[in-house]
Amino acid sequence: MKRVISILAGAAMLTGASYAVAELADGYKAVEPTSEDSPLTEVISGYEFRIKSTQETQDDDFENPGMLLLDQAADQWSVAEGSAEKSCADCHGDDPLEAMQGVGSTYPKFTEKGDHRAFRNIENQINHCRTERMGAKAWKYDKPDLLGMTVLVRHADRGEPVNVVVDGDAEALFERGKEMYYTRYGQLDMSCAHCHEDNYGNYIRADHLSQGQTNGFPTYRMKWQGVGSTHRRFKGCMKNIRAEPFKVGEDDFLALELYTSWRGNGLPIETPAVRN
Amino acid sequence: MKLRHAVAVAIFCGLASGAGAAEIAPGDVKIVEGALDTPLTEKAGDPETGRAIFANRKQGNCLACHMVTDLLDTEQFHGEVGPALDGVADVYSVGELRARIVNPKSELPDTIMPSFYRAGGTNRSAEKFAGKTILSAQQVEDVVAYLQTLKE
Ligand code: HEC
Ligand code: HEC
Ligand code: HEC
Repeated sequence: MKRVISILAGAAMLTGASYAVAELADGYKAVEPTSEDSPLTEVISGYEFRIKSTQETQDDDFENPGMLLLDQAADQWSVAEGSAEKSCADCHGDDPLEAMQGVGSTYPKFTEKGDHRAFRNIENQINHCRTERMGAKAWKYDKPDLLGMTVLVRHADRGEPVNVVVDGDAEALFERGKEMYYTRYGQLDMSCAHCHEDNYGNYIRADHLSQGQTNGFPTYRMKWQGVGSTHRRFKGCMKNIRAEPFKVGEDDFLALELYTSWRGNGLPIETPAVRN
Repeated sequence: MKLRHAVAVAIFCGLASGAGAAEIAPGDVKIVEGALDTPLTEKAGDPETGRAIFANRKQGNCLACHMVTDLLDTEQFHGEVGPALDGVADVYSVGELRARIVNPKSELPDTIMPSFYRAGGTNRSAEKFAGKTILSAQQVEDVVAYLQTLKE
């Protein structure tokens, strides 16, 4: 592992540009951390740790099973619902991928004003528009409607660098997420950092450990036979260490999502990524 | 009558646990200078059982982090988070090996390696596992017996 780090750091320095992608001898592509405070010397997408056939499935939009949800969401975009009888298109415009440009790469963040101001991820923002603006029912977390629309919002920024802001009002949540990241949980008593910071690149039994980045979410996962949210993945990692997970869509995981996303600032968004 | 019954039950329970083996409870474990020389149970560990526990994903799952040549024939995936354990018995005493499994954090507070026989000290354990050790005292002894076979 040590060897890889030094090669990567060297290559990243040569490229200079902050979002430049360096092709490395051992095949990993990395970007430089965008903040001096980053604990990482190289920022690597989970894509790099997957086998070639998985990467190819992601790369081919016709093969990528996550694209089905995107198509469904694009249809849903112009369906009027709720007491206001409005569709997303009525307010945001007909072309969802154009309307949502520059949005998905910045979440989670504080949105809205006055009483409605809150820290939200994309899922919660979409549901905010549904309940407050459309008079429609919130979509259920990790069900196809909400996953699909989240995929759509993120996909509009595919290829753009993750760019979450962690100062200002977000600072307290950032600190909370950071603390969680380094806290040991569960009977197996491990922190996220034990696996995703200290051991990325190593195999843990049959699994090739990545940095646990979120740039591909929502992600199609073969094990799930479907698409899942960032919070579902967090939940799975906590269950694997025999911990009681936090609740999806709520503050603890939002804080962890913010912190984890920040560790991946600069990585290109891949949604919908494909993982095993 | 009631009282005598209760006393009888108490004696019976005492006998039942005493008959199997006097076990050192996780809270009573004392690691001294990185070693735990007293076995946790009276019954000697069984290396064959220990070998199975070592590989079993729901028990020791030591193989998740450690490669061992002895298991290459039967187990496809060996982790690389920790060092290979070939020849560990040449390097560590049996007491050191036991301590390493019971609670590696006594020597290495930051280690990723779980403490397999430690009382509490965990955070947000799932209900099913809360308050329980990962391995039983006998399982620890079995794994220790297996590690002792790893000589080069
Ligand atoms: C015991 C090791 C372990 C721990 C501890 C752990 N994870 Fe994971 N995690 C994995 C494995 C294995 C995978 C699947 C392979 C990979 O991408 O690393 C994974 C995958 C992920 C992914 C998906 C990465 C991608 O590119 O799709 C995220 C995000 C993640 N973990 C976040 C976390 C967070 C946050 C924590 C702490 C709450 C955590 N993990 C704790 C082992 C762990
Ligand atoms: C009645 C009008 C209306 C409808 C209908 C509506 N929205 Fe919104 N939406 C808004 C307004 C107003 C904002 C906040 C303005 C802003 O910050 O861009 C917003 C913000 C958003 C944002 C955050 C944008 C950003 O820059 O952070 C997303 C994502 C979003 N809406 C998605 C949707 C989706 C998906 C639907 C359909 C399910 C929908 N909206 C329906 C009016 C609407
Ligand atoms: C999550 C990963 C992990 C698991 C699971 C794990 N270990 Fe370890 N183990 C390590 C690491 C890492 C080290 C190296 C010391 C350190 O840095 O913490 C280690 C060290 C050791 C050592 C000392 C080896 C040496 O050469 O110094 C022994 C013996 C050992 N482990 C036995 C076991 C046994 C037996 C099990 C199962 C009951 C087990 N380990 C489970 C990660 C693990």
